[in-house]
Parts: sequence; structure tokens; C-alpha cells
Amino acid sequence: MTEKTDVVIIGAGPVGLFAVFELGLLNIKCHLVDNLDKVGGQCAELYPEKPIYDIPSRPVVTGQQLTDELIKQINPFNPKFHLNQQVESIAKTDDGWIVQTNIGTKVEAKCIVVAAGAGSFVPRKPPIENIENFENKNVFYAIRDKSIFKNKKILIAGGGDSALDWTNELSKDSNVTLIHRRKEFRAAPDSVSKMQELETKGKIKFLKGQIKKISKIQNSKLMLEYENDDERSNIEVDYLLPFFGLKMELGPIAEWGLNLHENLIKVDTEKFETSTPSIFAIGDINWYPGKLKLILSGFHESALMAQEVFKYCFPDKKNIFRYTTSSKELQKKLGV
Amino acid sequence: MPKLRITDRSGKKSEIEYDSNFTLMETLRDNGYDIEASCGGCCACATCHVYIDKKWINKLENMDDDEESMLDQAFDVKNNSRLSCQIDLSDELDGLEIEIAPE
Ligand SMILES: Cc1cc2nc3c(=O)[nH]c(=O)nc-3n(C[C@H](O)[C@H](O)[C@H](O)COP(=O)(O)OP(=O)(O)OC[C@H]3O[C@@H](n4cnc5c(N)ncnc54)[C@H](O)[C@@H]3O)c2cc1C
Ligand code: FES
Repeated sequence: MTEKTDVVIIGAGPVGLFAVFELGLLNIKCHLVDNLDKVGGQCAELYPEKPIYDIPSRPVVTGQQLTDELIKQINPFNPKFHLNQQVESIAKTDDGWIVQTNIGTKVEAKCIVVAAGAGSFVPRKPPIENIENFENKNVFYAIRDKSIFKNKKILIAGGGDSALDWTNELSKDSNVTLIHRRKEFRAAPDSVSKMQELETKGKIKFLKGQIKKISKIQNSKLMLEYENDDERSNIEVDYLLPFFGLKMELGPIAEWGLNLHENLIKVDTEKFETSTPSIFAIGDINWYPGKLKLILSGFHESALMAQEVFKYCFPDKKNIFRYTTSSKELQKKLGV
Repeated sequence: MPKLRITDRSGKKSEIEYDSNFTLMETLRDNGYDIEASCGGCCACATCHVYIDKKWINKLENMDDDEESMLDQAFDVKNNSRLSCQIDLSDELDGLEIEIAPE
């Protein structure tokens, strides 16, 4: 089934979120797609607790607070979110676009707004030689179907929430070993104490060290060599699950035929439109002379982009400039 | 001006002068060394990983929890690993020797 809306925003970072507001004031409806399981982009994923000092009128606000308040601000416009999915392809229709994600969601819209930051968040892969030959067979960076691990021997690498949560969860039905470079973990204290309890009871094993080599042995098992204080040892397992956080990668956007400048999408500074009409790019993903990768700049870009998107959505209507302070009509939309 | 000795990823050694108002990451980046530092020095990416020469490691201020946690997302971490954005270059560090860690 294909859903229909006015605009699909690719990326639900701060700039994608604020675009909903600027478009909403002009009666333009939005869907947002994001690879992450949450909204807020870099602010929510990379620095939720860290302070930002350069948002106008907010002397200090954390990444998560900014996200939460943006959500509150756009709530009257009722945007639809498609999280946990990556936009893979876009296809032209007679009067717009169909945007398709990796899990098959299809949304038809008149315009696309790319607010994709530095690209999709993807797992950080350990630089072990040949590891790519085992990916999605014996090596997984994310877990979709945990039943395949039942009664198997698993090595989980990392010290954050994903590593600890999966250690605790998979220990129920699998033989789990956790490997981390030190005995301290940055995961939530609850998960850490649960893991330590499992280790004391002998339900899981812990190894201190870092994986250095990977190779295949008979019966599709893996042999992993790891190092701790210059000493090398081996462990044989069925599966390796490395959890070393996320990094950003441009991904499928590079293949959509948009003019790029060093992996960023070129736009004009009046409409923030790309080389393809009715596709716009705002926030960290775009480039123009003088571009600054600031949240502030992304907000400004949203407002100007919306003016042009209005023309695509309502070709016969005239857009009249109004202030939220004085316009009864805008205030009605905002429910204030 | 105080000096810094750098070994890059290819093993090439070089020496530069530094300004003690900047961090080690900023100094490396601004002098054109290949260091990603994708979070711009906020201790949120672990792509500014360096090794500090053993003679110098104890002369630096200790790592805080934030840096130690972020290093968990780096690879090839050693006892002398640090995130260069968390190191303030002071005049006392004149002669500091560092190596840029593999990507
Ligand atoms: C540690 C740190 C501190 C910072 N401090 C400041 C500061 O003080 N002030 C400031 O102004 N800026 C700061 N920044 C920069 C600021 O966070 C960015 O400018 C801002 O996040 C950009 O917002 P965005 O919405 O353009 O992109 P992002 O926040 O990067 O969000 C983009 C989203 O798009 C998603 N995405 C990409 N491609 C796809 C796809 N194909 N399908 C589905 N989803 C996709 C990604 O998963 C991501 O969630 C800081 C950044 C960092 C890392
Ligand atoms: S620059 Fe990102 S952690 Fe140092």
C-alpha cells in the first residue's frame, strides 16, 4: 500500500523536525523517515546529555531537551513518523515522488525534503581483516531475528548498552561470552549489575581484550584471536556480535542523481532546492558557499524551503506572509 | 613556540610548533594531519584517537570518565591511547610525542 502526503522529509534530526513546523504553518502535511529508532538525529543519538549554547534565546539546552521541545512544537501538525527504516530509493511520478524504504514502506508526495545530516547512522565496524566475508552469516551488527542464536555459542564485543543488553537477553538461550577492553562498562548501571550477576552465577563468561583476527573453521564456526595486554588467545564461536556504536554514512542518497559537493547536496540559497526540481535539502546535508553546519542555519533553511514547497503543493494559491504573534489563522493551526 | 612530534599513519615523522590555546586534535587538524574528528571535539565520536609516547603519558592530565567511555568505541586501543580532542596543549608539554592511531 502506498501512503499519500504532501512532503516526505528524509531524516528526523532537529532540522527535519523544525521543517514540519514551517511547512505546517503553510498547511503542508509531512511524513518523516529515519533510520534510527528515535527522533532527534545527532542531538539525540550522539549527545543527548551535552549542552548546546548557541540556540537563540536558549542560553543552554541539552541535545535531548532540544529534541523534546521540537516535538512539542510540531505536535499540532500531527506529522507521521516512519522510524527504524532507511529511505533506499525515490521514483518520479507525474506530479511528485514515491519514496521507498528498506522495509517496503512507500509514501507518495509532491516534494521531498532531504534533512539527512551526515547520512544514516550505521554500525561502526571493527577493522578486522576479512570480517566483511562473514557479515550477515556469522557476524551481525544488529539483531533482527534472535531465534537463530538459540543454543549457539556467541561472542559479543563492546561495553555499551547494546552489548550489555544483548548479553543479558541472549544468555537465556545461548552460550554467551562478552569481550571488552576493560572491566568497566559505559552501559546503564542496571544492565551492568545484571551482567555481573550472570557472570558470578556462571551463566555468561567475560573476557578482557580486543579482537584482532577472524577466520573460519569447519562446521561454519568462527575462530577469533583476541589480545589482552600483549597476550594473544583464541576462542571458537558460532556467531560474533560487535557493538561499537554508530557512525554516519551518506548511504543511498548518493545514488539519486543529485549534484553533490564533497558528499553534500548542492542547493541554492533562496529556496534550498537541489539540482532536481521539487527535491530540497536542508541542514547538515546541504552545501552552498558559506554553509555552516549549525542547527541555527538549518532552522533558517527550513523557513525558506517551505515558501517554495508551498508553490508545488498549492500552485493556484497565493502565499501571504504572516506572523504567528498576530495571525488568528496561524494560531488556530497551532491550537493556541 | 613549543613543539610537537608526530608520527602519522604511514609511519612518517614530523615536527610542528603549537599554540597552547588549542587542543591536540585542533592542532593536528589545523595543520592538515589526517584525523577525522567528526564530532568536532565534543568527545562523542572517538575518531581523534592517538597514542601518546610512553615517556609522556603520565605528564598529561588524567582521562575523565567521558573520554574513557568514548574510547570503548575506538579500535586498537592501547594503554597509551587518548582522544586528542580532550588534551589541552600547555607549554609544559613542549616536545610531546604522539602517533595517530589507525582508522
Ligand atoms: C557532539 C556534537 C555537538 C554539537 N554541538 C552543536 C552546537 O553546539 N550547536 C550547533 O548548532 N550544532 C552542534 N552540533 C551539530 C548539530 O548537531 C547538527 O548541525 C545537527 O544535528 C544537524 O541536524 P540535521 O537535522 O541536519 O541532521 P542530523 O541531526 O544529522 O539528522 C539526520 C538524520 O537523518 C537520518 N537519515 C539520513 N539518511 C537517511 C536515509 N536515507 N533514510 C532514513 N534516515 C536517514 C539519520 O539517521 C539522522 O537521524 C553538534 C554536533 C555534535 C556531534
Ligand atoms: S573529535 Fe570526536 S571524540 Fe574527539
